[in-house]
Amino acid sequence: MGRRGRELDCNGSIRTHRGSRLILALVVLSMVVVLPLGASSTEEQVRQLAAELRCPVCQGLSVADSPSKMANQMKDLIRERLEAGESPEAVKAYFVERYGEWILLAPKKEGFNLLVWVFPFLGLAGGAVVLFVVIRRWQKRPQAAPASVDSAYLEKVRREMAQDQS
Amino acid sequence: MKKVLIPLSVVPILLLLAYGFWTDPRFVPSPLIEKPAPLFALSLFDGEPLSLDGLRGKVVVVNFWASWCFPACYEEAPVLEGAWRTYKDRDVVVVGVNVQDTEKAAREFMERFQFTFPNGPDPGGKISIDYGVYGIPETFVLDKEGRIAHKHVGAVTADVLSAQIEGLLRRAPVADDNRQEHERGA
Repeated sequence: MGRRGRELDCNGSIRTHRGSRLILALVVLSMVVVLPLGASSTEEQVRQLAAELRCPVCQGLSVADSPSKMANQMKDLIRERLEAGESPEAVKAYFVERYGEWILLAPKKEGFNLLVWVFPFLGLAGGAVVLFVVIRRWQKRPQAAPASVDSAYLEKVRREMAQDQS
Repeated sequence: MKKVLIPLSVVPILLLLAYGFWTDPRFVPSPLIEKPAPLFALSLFDGEPLSLDGLRGKVVVVNFWASWCFPACYEEAPVLEGAWRTYKDRDVVVVGVNVQDTEKAAREFMERFQFTFPNGPDPGGKISIDYGVYGIPETFVLDKEGRIAHKHVGAVTADVLSAQIEGLLRRAPVADDNRQEHERGA
């Protein structure tokens, strides 16, 4: 019983390992493919930048997603600055300079902020370790000896059950 | 082991939650404090032009308001007009920037509160964005060197406004060495 359990556990962990690799590959692929593909027309750049900026008068909405007047004015300003020859990074830096990093929907991946990016993975790894340890412990626990049952009593129960079914 | 592990995992989460719930999510610290105020030019409702650059050497109160901003803008309107009347002879200027409004509604608002301080619209919201405005009303108090000394979000009270103005008027004039920096902010 214990042996089989371990094999199952082993297969399971291999499968999840493959799964996470696949997901990781997909994430990396999407980053590599999507990022340079965008940034073609100005309008696309405006949309991309607007999607990264927080609409100041909304609750958790990006400038791109908000129909508010403020968001539209910000989109106009982004377009105007891009058309004047500013790089998307410079436009983004302008908004950060005026509103602080708060204006960015995703915090910059540096310094203390890195915790936000690292913690989910640390949490996953920690959870996996805890699961592993707990399962190992369950397996090591001696199996309870079957309770001793009076064989006459057992026979009686079987008979009654057979009667019930018929 | 368990006796230590449970508090060890629960306490930091509780602390984080406590911190999160105690801070006001509507409060966003401005990165502009103590920085040169972005320059702007207004064409006032009375037809005159006004340039912030021309107000160097004065304490300037820049207020962002709208007629639809009820009740906060209605609460602070008499305060702003009062501060203007009290301090205008002491090198203090109150400037109203009307945002996302119609001219008619703005004029009615100004008439209702008998505004006599300079007010002008912010077409396209450029000035508001330049000042990092995220909610109306917002009030900026600029020192005589054109730096943003204080930002107030929400209806400004007479106490806050006069304390800020008096503080800046008392401050000894500093050598004008950040002039270039100020102009770069334009």
